[in-house]
Amino acid sequence: MTPHQTDRVATQIINLLVAVVVLILLFLLGDIIISGLPHISWHFLTSPSSSFSAGGGIRDQLFNSLYLLVLTLVISFPLALGAAIYLSEYAGNNWFTGLIRTAIEVLSSLPSVVVGLFGYLLFVISFHLGFSILSGAIALTFFNLPLLVRSIEGSLHAVPDSQREAGIALGLSNWRTIRGIILPAALPGILTGIILSAGRVFGEAAALIYTAGQSAPIVDYTNWNPVDSNSFLNPMRPAETLAVHIWKVNTEGVTPDAVSISAGASAVLIIVILIFNFGARAIGNHLYKNMTGGK
Amino acid sequence: MDEIQKKLVSPSKASHEDILGRIISYTCIAAIIILVVSILYFITSRGIATFTNDHVNLWRFLSGTDWNPGSLDAKGNPQVGALPMIVTSFSVTVLAALVATPFAIAVALFMTDIAPKTGARFLQPVIELLVGIPSVVYGFIGLTVIVPAIRQLFGGTGSGILAGTIVLFVMVLPTITSLSVDALKAVPGYFRSASLALGATRFQTIYKVLLRAAMPRLLTAIIFGMARAFGEALAVQMVIGNAALMPHNLITPTSTLTSQLTTNIGNTIMGTLPNNALWSLALILLLMSLVFNLLIRFIGKRGTINS
Amino acid sequence: MHKKTLVSTLVAFSLAGLLLGGCSSNSSKKSSSSDTKAAKVTKITAVGSTALQPLVEQAAQDYQATNKDVNLTVQGGGSGTGLSQVQQGAVQIGNSDIFAEQSSGIKAKQLVDHRVAVVGMTPVVNPTTGVTNVTMAQLRDIFTGKITNWKQVGGKDQKISVINRAQGSGTRATFKSAVLEGKKAVTSQEQDSNGTVQKLVASTPGAVSYLAFSYVNTKVKALSINNVKPTDTNVESNKWTIWSYEHMYTKGQPDKATAGFLKYMTSSKVQGDLVQKLGYISIHDMKVTKNAKNVVTK
Repeated sequence: MTPHQTDRVATQIINLLVAVVVLILLFLLGDIIISGLPHISWHFLTSPSSSFSAGGGIRDQLFNSLYLLVLTLVISFPLALGAAIYLSEYAGNNWFTGLIRTAIEVLSSLPSVVVGLFGYLLFVISFHLGFSILSGAIALTFFNLPLLVRSIEGSLHAVPDSQREAGIALGLSNWRTIRGIILPAALPGILTGIILSAGRVFGEAAALIYTAGQSAPIVDYTNWNPVDSNSFLNPMRPAETLAVHIWKVNTEGVTPDAVSISAGASAVLIIVILIFNFGARAIGNHLYKNMTGGK
Repeated sequence: MDEIQKKLVSPSKASHEDILGRIISYTCIAAIIILVVSILYFITSRGIATFTNDHVNLWRFLSGTDWNPGSLDAKGNPQVGALPMIVTSFSVTVLAALVATPFAIAVALFMTDIAPKTGARFLQPVIELLVGIPSVVYGFIGLTVIVPAIRQLFGGTGSGILAGTIVLFVMVLPTITSLSVDALKAVPGYFRSASLALGATRFQTIYKVLLRAAMPRLLTAIIFGMARAFGEALAVQMVIGNAALMPHNLITPTSTLTSQLTTNIGNTIMGTLPNNALWSLALILLLMSLVFNLLIRFIGKRGTINS
Repeated sequence: MHKKTLVSTLVAFSLAGLLLGGCSSNSSKKSSSSDTKAAKVTKITAVGSTALQPLVEQAAQDYQATNKDVNLTVQGGGSGTGLSQVQQGAVQIGNSDIFAEQSSGIKAKQLVDHRVAVVGMTPVVNPTTGVTNVTMAQLRDIFTGKITNWKQVGGKDQKISVINRAQGSGTRATFKSAVLEGKKAVTSQEQDSNGTVQKLVASTPGAVSYLAFSYVNTKVKALSINNVKPTDTNVESNKWTIWSYEHMYTKGQPDKATAGFLKYMTSSKVQGDLVQKLGYISIHDMKVTKNAKNVVTK
C-alpha cells in the first residue's frame, strides 16, 4: 500500500469510529426520548408525585433539581474560580502545587456514595443542617470542584501570555489584568466547563440520597420568603431531585405506572440538559463577542 | 518632596489590588484544601478501623476471596476477603479504558485535524451530552438492553464484567475524548506544518508526529478515564450482578468495590465490622485514585513538550 | 467586575449558612424566638428502611395536613442507617425491616419498637421455569445450592440462577430465618432493591429470588410453598411463614409529638387504607405475633 492509500484507509477508519460514537449517542438519546416522550404531558410536569397511585407527576422534583443546580453552582463556582486563578496565575511550579492538584483530582474519583455518607454524617447530622438542599449542594460541590477547577484553569491557560504582558505593560496590577483581560477572554471556556459540570450535578443520585434526601414535601410556590419552611426557596427543606426520583421509582416504587414515570422523567432530564447545553453555548458566544469587542 | 517619596515608598493602588487578589484566591484554595483533608481524614479513620479495632489481618483482607463480613469462617476469623472486588474493579476499569481509547482518540483526531469545523459544531455537543446522561439512566439501559443482549449471545445471566465494561466504556468516553482533544491541541502547529512540508501524508503526520508528541497527555487522558471508571457505582451496580465471587470469565456475576459498597452500606450498623469493612473498601478506592493521580503526574512530567 | 460580587457572595454565603444552620438547630430545640409565627413547630425526622419509606412518607403528609405543629421529614438510607442513627439520637424515629435485636452492634434495650405494618414475602421465579409449587425443603436446597436445575423440582431442564438480596437487608434476614434454617446461602448475584430483583427475575430465564408481595406482577411467577399460596390471609394466620414486621424504633419512650405521629400510624385511618394501598398487611389483622427470636405465638 502506498502512503496515500494508507492515509485514505486510516481516515476512513477514523470516520467509522466517530460514526459509531455518534450512533451510540443517537441510540441512547433515541431510546430515552422515544420511550419517555409519550409519557410527558403538561399534567406530568405540573403535578406532584404520588407514592402509590398512578398519575403522579414530577413538578417538585424538576424544580428541586434546578434549584439544587443553582445552589451548587453558587457555592462551587466562586471557590473553583478562585482556586483556578491561584493555580494558573499565582502558583509556582513546585511540589506544593502538585500536592494541591492531586488532592483536587482525588475528589473527582471518589465514589459518590462515599461522598454522600460523608455529607450525611458531617453536614446533616453534626452541623444540624438536616436533610436539605443546602446539604445536598455542599455534597455536590465535592464532585463539581475538580471538574470546574480543571476546566477553568484550562481556559485561563489558553489565554496567550501576550495578553498578560499587555496588561502589565499598561501599568495594571496583576489582579486587574486577570479580572479585566484574562477572565473575559477565558469566558467561553469557563462556560463550557460549567455546562459539563452542571450535567453531572443534574444527573447525580447516590450522593443526594443521604444529603438532600429522597422525599419531596409539598411546597408553596407563591411563598417567596426563603426562611419560611413552606417556601419553595427554602434551602433547608428536604428535596428529592429528578435523578433520585428516577432511582427511587425504579428500585422501590410501588406505583402501577412506575415504568412510565421513570421513562418520562429520564426524557425530561435529558431534554433539560439539552436545552441547558445549547442555551449556555449561545450565551457564551454572545458574551464573548460583547466582552472582546470582536466581530 | 515628601509627598513624592511617600508615593514611591508606600504600596500603590495597584499593589493593594494585587494583595486583594492574592487573598481571594488563597482563601479559595485554602477552603478546598480543608474540604479535601476533611474527607480524606474521614475515610481513612473509618477505613482503618477494620484493622485497628476489629484486628483483621491486612494481608488476609487483600488476598482473601470469601466476602461475608457478617459471619465467621471455620477458624473464627471474619470473612472479609476483598480480592474478588479488587480484581473485578481492575478488570472492568482496564477493559473499559482499552475499548474506549481508540474511539476517544479517533473522535479527538476528527475534531482537531480531520474536520475541525464539523467537530466543533456536532461532536462537541455529542460529547457533552454523554456526560450529562445520569448514571442511573446508563444503569437502567444497561439492565434492560445490554444484559439481555449478552444473555442472548453468550448464555448465562448476562450480568458480569462484560456488561460492566460496555456501560463504563460509554461513560468514560467523554472524559477521555475531551482530554485527548486538549492533548492534540497542545501540539504546536509547526509540528504539523513541518511534517506536511516534508511530504508526509495526513495519516503519517498523525501517526508519526502528532500521536507521539501528544503521547504523555494522551496517557494522562486514559488514566483520568480509568479513575472515573474505578469510582463509578450506581450504573455498574445494576449490571455487574453483585456476587462477591472471583470472576472466572467475563459473563459470570461478580462485584466491584463500588457496587459492594453501594449495595450494602445502608444495611449495616455503624461501628460494626460489616460497616467498617465497607469503609475499608472505600479506603482502597481512595488509595487507588491516589495511585492513578501519581501516575498521571509522573507521565505528565516526563513528556511535556518544550515549545 | 466579577470580583467584588464574588467576595460578597462568598461572605454572604458563609453567613447565610451559619444563620440557617443556627435556625435549624434552634427549631429542633423547639425554641421559636426567631420565628415570626407564634406556633411551636416540632421537627421529627424518620430515617431508615427504603421499603417502609413510601408508607411513612405518605402518612406523614396526611398527618401534617391536620397537625400544623409538627414538621415531619421521612428519608430512606436503609434499615442499618435507621437503627444506627436512632440509637445515636441523631433522629427521632428509625425505620427498620428487622428487629433491632437481630442486628449486631445495636443496643436493642435502649430502643422501643413500634410495629406499623406486616410485609409478606414470596419466592418468585421466571415464568419459563414451569414451576409453581415447591416444598420448603426444596426451596432451601435451591438457595443453598444443592438443587441446581429446575427439572429436579418438576420444572423444565433449565439451570437455576439464584438472585439473593443484599447481605444485612431486612428482606434477606426474614427469608433466611423462615427458609434456610441457619444454613448458608450459596454465594450468588445480590441485588438490594425489590424493583431491580423484579426486573431481573422477569428477564432472566431460570432465575429465582424473593420479593415483597406488592412487587409481584404478571412478569414474574410467585411460588406456592407446600401448596400454600402467598396471600394476605395466609400470612395473617401464619400459614405462610415468610413475613416480617415493619418497625419504627424510638430511643426510649417517644416525646409527645413523636408519640402522636406513631399513634396515627397504627390508627385505623392508616391501617385500614394506606397500608393496604401500599401492599402491606395491617398490623390489626394479624392473628399471630412473632418475636425477635422468630417464635410465633397466637
